[in-house]
Amino acid sequence: MTTEQTAGDQPLRPSLWRRILDSDLLYSFLRKPVVIVSFVLTVIIVLAAVLAPWIAPHTPFDPASLNLMNGFTPPFSANEFTGDTFILGTDSQGRDVFSAILYGARISLLVGFSAVAFAMILGVGLGLLAGYKGGWVDSLIMRVADVQLSFPAILVALMIFGVMRGVIPPQQQDQMAIYVLILAIGLSDWVQYARTVRSSTMAEKNKEYVQAARLFSVPAHRILLKHILPNVTGPILVIATIGLALAIILESTLSFLGVGVPATQPSLGTLIRIGQDYLFSGEWWITIFPGLTLLVLALSVNLLGDWLRDALNPKLR
Amino acid sequence: MTITLRAVVSGVAATALALSTAVSAETLRWANVGDSLTFDPHAQNHGQTHTISHQVYDSLIYSDHTGAQTAGLATDWYILDDDPEVWEFQLREGVTFHEGQSLTADDVVFSFERALQPNSDMRPLINTIVEIWAEDDYTVRMRTDGPNPLLANNLTNLFIMSREWAEANNVTEVQDYSGGEENYAVRNANGTGPYRLVSREADVRTEMELFEDFWGMDQYPLEVSRIVFTPIQSGSTRAAAILSGEIDFLQDPPVQDVNRLQAANDIVVRNAPQNRSIFFGMDQGRSELRTSNIQGENPFADRRVRQAMDLAIDRNAIQRIVMRGQSAPAGMIAPSFVNGYEEELDRVTGTNTARARELMAEAGYEDGFSVTMTCTNDRYIEDEGICQAVTGMLGQIGVQVNLNARPNSIHFAELQNGELDFYLLGWGVPTLDSHYVFDFLLETKTDNSGAWNFTGWSNEEFDALSRQLPTETDLERRNELIAQAWRIAQEEVVYLPIHHQVLNWAMRSDVVMDVHPEDQPMIKYLTFE
Repeated sequence: MTTEQTAGDQPLRPSLWRRILDSDLLYSFLRKPVVIVSFVLTVIIVLAAVLAPWIAPHTPFDPASLNLMNGFTPPFSANEFTGDTFILGTDSQGRDVFSAILYGARISLLVGFSAVAFAMILGVGLGLLAGYKGGWVDSLIMRVADVQLSFPAILVALMIFGVMRGVIPPQQQDQMAIYVLILAIGLSDWVQYARTVRSSTMAEKNKEYVQAARLFSVPAHRILLKHILPNVTGPILVIATIGLALAIILESTLSFLGVGVPATQPSLGTLIRIGQDYLFSGEWWITIFPGLTLLVLALSVNLLGDWLRDALNPKLR
Repeated sequence: MTITLRAVVSGVAATALALSTAVSAETLRWANVGDSLTFDPHAQNHGQTHTISHQVYDSLIYSDHTGAQTAGLATDWYILDDDPEVWEFQLREGVTFHEGQSLTADDVVFSFERALQPNSDMRPLINTIVEIWAEDDYTVRMRTDGPNPLLANNLTNLFIMSREWAEANNVTEVQDYSGGEENYAVRNANGTGPYRLVSREADVRTEMELFEDFWGMDQYPLEVSRIVFTPIQSGSTRAAAILSGEIDFLQDPPVQDVNRLQAANDIVVRNAPQNRSIFFGMDQGRSELRTSNIQGENPFADRRVRQAMDLAIDRNAIQRIVMRGQSAPAGMIAPSFVNGYEEELDRVTGTNTARARELMAEAGYEDGFSVTMTCTNDRYIEDEGICQAVTGMLGQIGVQVNLNARPNSIHFAELQNGELDFYLLGWGVPTLDSHYVFDFLLETKTDNSGAWNFTGWSNEEFDALSRQLPTETDLERRNELIAQAWRIAQEEVVYLPIHHQVLNWAMRSDVVMDVHPEDQPMIKYLTFE
């Protein structure tokens, strides 16, 4: 992020708040209504998901709290047997769709954020190493990345999932499903980070400040983390934001295909899969509302990522 | 060169012939949620497996859509006047197997002996037979252990193989299904039935075509010349497949889509009560459960716990919501077709959660316990939905159920290995007699009885009553024994009955076929309007 020093009478490092208010990023943000709407929607969904246990009207996955007779209640209307009303209706087992979405978004976001963090750490680490060391280390890492890029991410994730299913004993598969999902999505997504960071690192490592550090015999890991890394974070942030949207969609796809999280802890993708059985028979709300939530979430995060990419690109400013 | 040319010419001729017949040929594209488990005719006593096998193999006697016993490979069957322990079967003459062998009494003897092997799942049906022999080429006699007037009932799914073929292909031994074994007969078949197995890809596609030398060419309509059977697991995909015309016959439309299919112009839905009851079994015999937090004792062994669970299940809610009205809530595990069925026994236990909690407390489980419930997700109508609903209902009396739903091929293998604590099962009664239920599900599990009794329940008084049935020739006395036996089983709450299934078959509107109460479509009867 660039900060501009304005007047000479100000302290050398202005306060954080001042720096945010003065930043180009905020300037650009406030002038794009679409971006503001995306940001607000993202914040609302994330907050709703994080606070689900406190704001959800029902606990959808406690079987003891369900009443089967509430099954298939349409949205905004009272159930014909029990008289209960549910804002977005109920599913086949009488679960409140709204609460299920809140809990589902929680799982989707948890998997999305964790997978992105995992892919970022792996990709940035390997990218820095490849760019700085060069030679055979670079070739090895980049050839692996190229091979992986030639397969679609979903295929890589499915393969990792398949292997893990074979390794993990069946009794633990349900508890381990989320971790396996994070691993599978993270491993299928690290290449973007590695390639971007590698090219930035190759550009940075020949600059004077790096050469100066080398002259002082600063160890390589310190140069990478303290000197080069801060200067390549801009692109990483952009990839991570777009990557989050992709990770959420990939997670939903896997769960939709039935290989993701178990039905007892459904994510948005699982909810859509469960609901689609009832599309023909007219109970549209079971699948449409989780679908809409997923759409809004992925679109908002994606728009934010696009904006961030443009805002941080000096050529487009 | 000439040889090659001739081969080419005959090849072209054969293609032309194939094309000319294909024009008038009718292909039936048929779908169901689950596949046949194996083509080995004696390896599994399993509904859909028998259904598919019925197109390819014949039994001596089969039951038609009215439930009546009909002549298959046998033309006549009776007990000898001078010896009530001997049954005689007159075989049909001029029957050929798909690979050309002629059917003789020796093949029947071979098939029965094969079905009596330890690996055979059909064994309990015929284990009263002590001796079987060929009287001449077309007469078979069987001696039973004491008079068995109802033996013929048990033979409707007992398929006849060719001894020559079995020996040539090394399949004289029945496949060990639960042991995961495969043999040649699993993917290949050589029956005498109306259709010949052309290709088989398990869980993907099975193709059969009309066998031109079928013995019943003049007896049945046989309007379908080719059958393509495809299992489709997802309910909405199945419904979409028939709506879009991708399949012609859907054996199990999802209950939520029945109304929509009925409303479609080019589809008819025919329905009938099915000969199958759905229920839960609990392992009561072990000293402790494998999947429970309670160690050192087995909560299911306490009758009060079983009664509490029985009281906690709201069967009417399951019927209304999960089944959309397409079922008959049940109090006993035999449908109304069956001799021994009583409306009084079938009356649904009223839901009483408060009383159920009291019973749990009396049994010492006021804090409840946890257990894993194992279900199929591709076998019975809405099986997974039923399990989820019951999970919620049992949660209200403190029984925390972890639900594990998976395909029936895994479920049945594990069940038959005796690995499950709490399981879903459906049972039809092809013999239409209660003894079938007693023999398989309620008698103490030994080599000769209780083949599907995985509850560990064992009651001497019950066994004594049930074991008199095969040889009791006084029907009134026999019915009295059946009624007594049912009362013991009901009082002990051995199983938790849920409902009797109702069958809906959806088909293209020009397809005419009556619903078979055992859910066994026989394509040889199918006609087109």
